[in-house]
Amino acid sequence: MSSGADGSANGKASPAVSDSGDVLGVLLGGADPAGSAGWQEHPPRMGFFTDTSLCIGCKACEVACKEWNQVPEDGLNWTGHSHDNSERLGADTWRHVAFVEQRVKVGNHEPNFQRAPSAGGEGEDGFRWLMASDVCKHCTHAACLDVCPTGAIFRTEFGTVVVQADVCNGCGYCVPACPYGVLDKREEDGRIFKCTLCYDRLGVGQEPACAKACPTDSIQFGEVDELRERAAGRVEQLHEVGVVEARLYGHDPDDGVGGDGAFFLLLDEPEVYGLPPDPIVTTRDLPEMWKRVGIAAGGLLAGAAACFAGARR
Amino acid sequence: MSEAEVTREGLKGVRPGREARTFSGEGGRRRRDAPARDHPGSSYYGQPVINPPVWAELDIAGYLFAGGLAGSSSILAAGAELSGRPRLARRSKLGAGAALGVSLVALIHDLGRPGRFLNMLRVFKPTSPMNVGSWLLGAYGPLMAGAAASDVLGVAPRAGRVAAAGAGVLGAGVASYTAALIADTAVPAWHDGYRELPFLFAGSAAAAGSGLAMIAAPHAESTPARHMALLGAAAELGAEQLLERRLGIVAETLHEGTAGRRLKAAKALTVAGGLGAATIGRRGRLGAALSGACLLAGSALTRFGLFAAGMASAQDPRYTVQPQRERLAREADADSH
Repeated sequence: MSSGADGSANGKASPAVSDSGDVLGVLLGGADPAGSAGWQEHPPRMGFFTDTSLCIGCKACEVACKEWNQVPEDGLNWTGHSHDNSERLGADTWRHVAFVEQRVKVGNHEPNFQRAPSAGGEGEDGFRWLMASDVCKHCTHAACLDVCPTGAIFRTEFGTVVVQADVCNGCGYCVPACPYGVLDKREEDGRIFKCTLCYDRLGVGQEPACAKACPTDSIQFGEVDELRERAAGRVEQLHEVGVVEARLYGHDPDDGVGGDGAFFLLLDEPEVYGLPPDPIVTTRDLPEMWKRVGIAAGGLLAGAAACFAGARR
Repeated sequence: MSEAEVTREGLKGVRPGREARTFSGEGGRRRRDAPARDHPGSSYYGQPVINPPVWAELDIAGYLFAGGLAGSSSILAAGAELSGRPRLARRSKLGAGAALGVSLVALIHDLGRPGRFLNMLRVFKPTSPMNVGSWLLGAYGPLMAGAAASDVLGVAPRAGRVAAAGAGVLGAGVASYTAALIADTAVPAWHDGYRELPFLFAGSAAAAGSGLAMIAAPHAESTPARHMALLGAAAELGAEQLLERRLGIVAETLHEGTAGRRLKAAKALTVAGGLGAATIGRRGRLGAALSGACLLAGSALTRFGLFAAGMASAQDPRYTVQPQRERLAREADADSH
């Protein structure tokens, strides 16, 4: 089933890209990011489906990631933000578990410390504790990869996005280019670091460390096509049992980044978890930017010529 | 993959964890159309959604100014060379050379690994304005330096003239491409201004280069610079007005805090410099130099102000989330009609 879906997706994507004659589209990649990046033969696109309805906030993923990838300590601070002390993704935080602790009722969840069962059922004195393990989205159209001036960031054969530490010169362009705030500079090192989707483990047929360590299968690793099917089924299942808040995030190949290789099932709006509601790859507008830069530069030359012509002695 | 060997034989393929009925409890089902409740908090503890730039302000805002100054000074130098204004030509070349030197030092200093700055030229990538800019500077720098050296040392005058003309043409690119450099990010105040920033930057660069020429060149030769000052100041101020209208809620970052103070001062100085170029600047060297100084300071403050506005817009999640929400609402609205 998944191989058939693969084949048809590839068959559709490649001519669509070349037919359009859109240079940037080819550079950005289509439904088959690895193929568009020049991999002749490559394994299927791999990614994560992070089902936050299953997350118990144990942070095993954060720890496993740090251990396997030898990521340095990211600050021994005490934020007071529920159980979250790593705050956000960064150079030294490649998995980040968010904790949203609010007096809002979710589904039919009855917290055992509720003062009294409410007759109305909807709402009063609810309590929710949303937990979500965030990670690099490995976008289909990855702004970080597009803007990297050295070619240090590249598309792997698995369709993931990786920074080559031996090429990166620490220019920092990818940091504000990422619409999700994933990449960051390790100040004491000078270079940029982020999740590699455990490129080294994938190469030998192992799943990424975070997914391996996740005790509830909240982090699921696999072929992106298959994960998308599984995610759609999961949302349906949750809706069936009344969790109407459940929604997928980053699964749609038609969104502003062409769909994420690592996508999520969330229980509220993305911004509640610190995620952008409608991210768009910044390079989508780059052709228009170059056009306008060209007009401005031409205008500058023409204006200067006019000034000299008008000042003839 | 998740289907790991750890699964016992009897449980193969069974994934009870994944089927967990989160929050569903025992108490039956909720209506499917039940709305999710409103609740406070459209951000995650006020954390920014994007990671703000890690660029040092002095390096990068300084480069935006110095690069513009170098580029437009080269254009003036080329025009002066071709129109027989040798002193305007030489001083603009020297100004461009100095500004270029400052630019290169600032750019390399800002790298996390300065020793690897040549990695910028490993590839040619039109999707990366920083890469294109590196190639542009790589072509422009030697031409500019050659033109200045030929003029000052008096060697190879013909080649020097060709180099000056080439540097003038490429200088227009150097002065303008930095708009794409900062707009090609997820920083709301920069990205959302991608339509206006190239014109704002070109105008600001023209004002700076002609301001320097009005200070440095003898009055008899600086007439074209005064014209260009007026044109540049007008373009800069006009583009900024359009930018403010474009940015919507994000325009707050242009008016508040450090950015607001800088841009306000920049506007006053640019207006004063432009008016000065058209009035007292015509009468004598002193008036021209004063107007020129205003234009230079105005251009620098514009770049540092826009840099600060970008940082402020990146740090507040509201400026990332709200425009995206508005866009989604507009799209939903368009779909329903």
